[in-house]
Amino acid sequence: MDTKKLALQIRKHAVMMTCQGKSSHVASVLSMADIVAVLYGKIMNFRPHEPDWPDRDRFILSKGHAGAGVYAALAETGFIPVEWLEQHCKNGSKLCGHVSHIGIPGVEFSTGSLGHGLPIGAGMAYAGRKAAKKHRVFVILSDGECDEGSNWEAILFASHHHLSNLTVIVDYNKIQSLASVEETLRLEPFADKWRAFGWAVHEVDGHDHESLIQVLEFVPQDNGSPTCIVAHTIKGKGVSFMENAVLWHYRSPQGEEYKAAMKELENNNIA
Amino acid sequence: MRETFIKALTKIARRDRDVMLLTGDLGFGVLTQFAKELPDQYLNIGVAEQNMMGIATGLALEGKKVFAYSIGNFSTLRCLEQIRNDICYHNVSVKIVSIGGGFCYGPLGISHHATEDLAILRSLPHITVLAPGDTYETEKATHAAYEGNGPFYLRLGRGNEPLVHGTRPAFSLGVAIPLTEDRELTLISTGGILANVMRAHEILKDQGTYTSVYSMHTVKPIDTALIVRLAKTARIIFTVEEHTILGGLGGAVAEVLSGCEGFKPQLVRIGLQDQFSSEVGDQDYLRMLYGLSPEAIAACVQASIPQ
Repeated sequence: MDTKKLALQIRKHAVMMTCQGKSSHVASVLSMADIVAVLYGKIMNFRPHEPDWPDRDRFILSKGHAGAGVYAALAETGFIPVEWLEQHCKNGSKLCGHVSHIGIPGVEFSTGSLGHGLPIGAGMAYAGRKAAKKHRVFVILSDGECDEGSNWEAILFASHHHLSNLTVIVDYNKIQSLASVEETLRLEPFADKWRAFGWAVHEVDGHDHESLIQVLEFVPQDNGSPTCIVAHTIKGKGVSFMENAVLWHYRSPQGEEYKAAMKELENNNIA
Repeated sequence: MRETFIKALTKIARRDRDVMLLTGDLGFGVLTQFAKELPDQYLNIGVAEQNMMGIATGLALEGKKVFAYSIGNFSTLRCLEQIRNDICYHNVSVKIVSIGGGFCYGPLGISHHATEDLAILRSLPHITVLAPGDTYETEKATHAAYEGNGPFYLRLGRGNEPLVHGTRPAFSLGVAIPLTEDRELTLISTGGILANVMRAHEILKDQGTYTSVYSMHTVKPIDTALIVRLAKTARIIFTVEEHTILGGLGGAVAEVLSGCEGFKPQLVRIGLQDQFSSEVGDQDYLRMLYGLSPEAIAACVQASIPQ
C-alpha cells in the first residue's frame, strides 16, 4: 500500500470526522498520521477479514484521543466500512472520540485515559516472547502522556525482561493540552531518558516515511532491548493554520475553517 | 486464608499452564514455593501496581488466566482506573487478590486497612466480588475465580483465621451459605468477620435470643433470591462487614430490599462508620473498638430489638 496516499486519506478523514462529529483532537491525529500510515501500510502484518488472527502484529494507540486516526486507518485497510467514519462521535455511533474496541474489528485495545497502553503492550509482548511467537507489539504514545508515571513503570519492566518484540513510537510534537511540553513539564533530555532505562532509541523525522520505514522494519534480536522511536513531529501537520497551534488540540474545524483545511490537504500532497 | 489460597492456586496452576501469578513485590514466604515450583507461571512485577494490572490485562488478552496479588489497598485503590478501563471494560480473565481485608494489618495503620474496597469494586461492571468467610470458603472461592469468566476480586484475610464451617460447605457463586436454621433475626456476614458473627450468635443464644447466620461470600452478584425471601420472613436483618457501612454488603442488601414491595424487616448495618480506622492496635483490638467484636455485635443485636 502507498503509505503517502494512506497518510493523506487519514488526514482528510480526520478533518471530516472531527468536523462532522464536532469533536476535538484533530491536530493530534494529523501529528501521527504518517506514523500510523507507515505501520498499517507497510510494517504490520494483519488480516482485515480475520481481525483476531493469532500471528497478527499488535497495535495499541495509547494516546486514545487520536482515535479518529485509527478508525480512518482501519477503514482504509478494510477492517470497517469507510461510511462508518461519518458517524464519528454522533449519537448512536460505534466510534467514540477515544478509541474503543466494542463493535469495531481491528481495535486491539481501548484507551482514552493516558498512561494505560504501554503496560498492556508490555504484557502482550511478554506473553508473545514466552510463547516464542514472532509477531511484534507496537504502541504509540504522545509526549504529554509521558508525564504519567505508569508509563515509566512499564518502561522499567520492558527493559528488565528484554522485550525486544515491543516497539514504542512517541509522537513528539512538543505541544500538550494547554501549552508546550517545555513549559508544562520538561521531558528533555528525552531520548537519553529512554536510553538510561535500557531501551534502544532512534530519533527520526516522524513525517519522513522512508526514515520511519527504515527504523520500523528493523527487528531487534531476541533477548535484546525494547525499542523506542522518538518521532519528531509537527502537531497539526498538513493544515498550515493548525500547525504548532495549541488551539487545535481542542478546536473542531467548522465552516470556512473546514473548507480551508480540506482544500489544503487536497492541493498539497504533503507527505 | 492466604496459605489456603496459594495452596489451591498451586494445584490449579500445576494442571493449567496458562495460569499465572503476578505479585507487586509482596507475599514474603507465602509465594516462595509457587515461584520455585512454577517459575514460568510466576512474575514479580515490582512495586508498580498500575503496571501490574496493565501487564495482567495484556497477558489475559493473550490467553492467560492471571491472578494479580498484593495486600490491602495496593491491588485495588492504587490501580483502580486500570481495573476499570483495562480489566473490566475489556472483560478479561484477571483475578485480583487482596490479602488483609479490613483490619488484618491492624498496627500498620490506615494505609494498610482495606475498608472501602468492597464498595468501590462492586460498583464496576463485569466484576465478581468475593469475600470468603473462612479457609474452606477461601479454597472454594479460589476455584470459583479460576473457573469463572472475566474479572474477579478476591478479598482475603491474612492468616490464622479459625475454621467456621465444620465441614467443607457447598459453594456456588452468588448463593449465601446458611450456618444455622432460619430465625426472624438474621445476621448476614461477609469475609473473615464470620467467626465473630458466629460467636455473637452463640452469645445471643445463651441470652435466649435466637438468630440465623448466613455467609454472603459473594458480594457481587449479591444473593438477591435470599434477600427477597428475607424481605417477607425476617424481622430484622443485620449485615456485618469489616468494612465501611457505606456501599459494601450493607449497601448491596439495602439496594435489593428497597426494590421489594412492602418489605417488612428493619435493616441494621454493622461495620465501620464513615471514618478512618486511625486507632492503633491489632485486628481484634480494632474490631472491638469499631463494634465488630462478638460482644459488640451481640450488643448491637440486643439493642435493635424493640422492647
